[in-house]
Amino acid sequence: MSDLFIAVYARDLRLAMRRRIEAMLPIVFFIVAASLFPLGVGPEPQMLQQIAPGVVWVCALLATMLSLTSLYASDYADGSLEQMLLSGESAVIVAAAKAAAHWTLTGLPLVVCAPLFGLLLGMDSASLAVLTLSLLLGTPTLSLLGSVGAALTLGLRSAGMLIVLLVLPLSIPALIFGTGAVVAVEGGQSAMAHYSILGALLILTALTAPPATAAALRISLE
Amino acid sequence: MSAERIHWFTFAAPSRFYALAGAVAPWLWVAAAALAAAGLYIGFFVAPTDAQQGDAYRIIFIHVPAAWMSMVIYMAMAGWAAVGWMLNARMASMLARALAPTGAIFTFIALWTGAFWGKPAWGTWWVWDARLTSELILLFLYLGYIALTEAIDDVRRADKAGALLAIVGAVNVPIIYFSVRWWNTLHQGATISMTAAPKMASTMLTAMLLMTFAFWAYAFAVVFVRARAIVLERESHADWVRALAHKEQIA
Repeated sequence: MSDLFIAVYARDLRLAMRRRIEAMLPIVFFIVAASLFPLGVGPEPQMLQQIAPGVVWVCALLATMLSLTSLYASDYADGSLEQMLLSGESAVIVAAAKAAAHWTLTGLPLVVCAPLFGLLLGMDSASLAVLTLSLLLGTPTLSLLGSVGAALTLGLRSAGMLIVLLVLPLSIPALIFGTGAVVAVEGGQSAMAHYSILGALLILTALTAPPATAAALRISLE
Repeated sequence: MSAERIHWFTFAAPSRFYALAGAVAPWLWVAAAALAAAGLYIGFFVAPTDAQQGDAYRIIFIHVPAAWMSMVIYMAMAGWAAVGWMLNARMASMLARALAPTGAIFTFIALWTGAFWGKPAWGTWWVWDARLTSELILLFLYLGYIALTEAIDDVRRADKAGALLAIVGAVNVPIIYFSVRWWNTLHQGATISMTAAPKMASTMLTAMLLMTFAFWAYAFAVVFVRARAIVLERESHADWVRALAHKEQIA
């Protein structure tokens, strides 16, 4: 079971390493999108500082959504996805491994880059630490939720837009508590409650999203 | 026991549902019109003017029933979609598909009338209140369901994918609602609470209940009509649909 998980996970990472530029696109999108906000709302440091956690979180959310289209698309196109499901191995494990690989390739770089952008937007170091931790807890939830959307829209003409429409409403709780953690710390409160809820959301999605993704894959490949 | 079961599933056959819905729909339209006429008359002419809000509050007679319907229909849609997926019942899937546009339109009406009410009552079209925000997110969930089912050409796949999405959405609705509520208290956004409504006069309650029943009747009627259209579309290869079309042609 865990062999299967590691095999699929390692395979996805290896495939991504063969197409490095493509793998870096989500993070490039994140950087470009986050840079647009100061240009849009104006360079006043106070204003930027106030909207920084929200900007970083929303851009991370959008970067995750846009990278989801490719999660199953190439495996679907070359038939390897069908082989994985026909292999008799658990589709749930495959779905979990692919979501984990997706997070490693898009979520983790976002977590690493986010403090840099917080800094550019004028956040102080305490808020930066909270922002990073909230992203670390929140982005796996986004990858897991997103894999359900990616599986449902497999092979559809407008899959990219559909995924965004399907998954964004579901990811609102993660967004609320992710940015809420930073706001709480800036307001002099503890962020522990927010971390706990983000953790609870992560556990809930980790338990429910892979089976839902596996069911969605079966529906899409029927 | 077995007779009971057969009785329950009689109208799961699209042909029998088609006949039943066709027979019931006109009565539902009449009921919807009569109840709405009575409800609107009591709401606009009999019910007293509110001491604080004047006559502007009267939009409540459309707003509140629409908001109720928007939530009930989502649950019904998710339920029928789940039944259709798990039991492979075609009629249940068709009903779920037929419910979605009506639910979306009720959600839209609730938001729209809420904005009309908000302007005189609060001085603004929109506040990021927890209820308003969750209602908006509910509209997004409906749109997602409709967009997904319409984007898939294969009917069976569309029904099942829609069912999965509706179930995931139904599980998430409470989580979304409570996170939005907490978010709202965190940000101190809206200072107006809609929960502290003054006690209602009994005529107001009567009008509201009449409008609620009118909306129920309307929802049933329009969903039945839409479901009949879906049945005809999907069962166009069946003998009874051909026979029906033939009869129509002669008449």
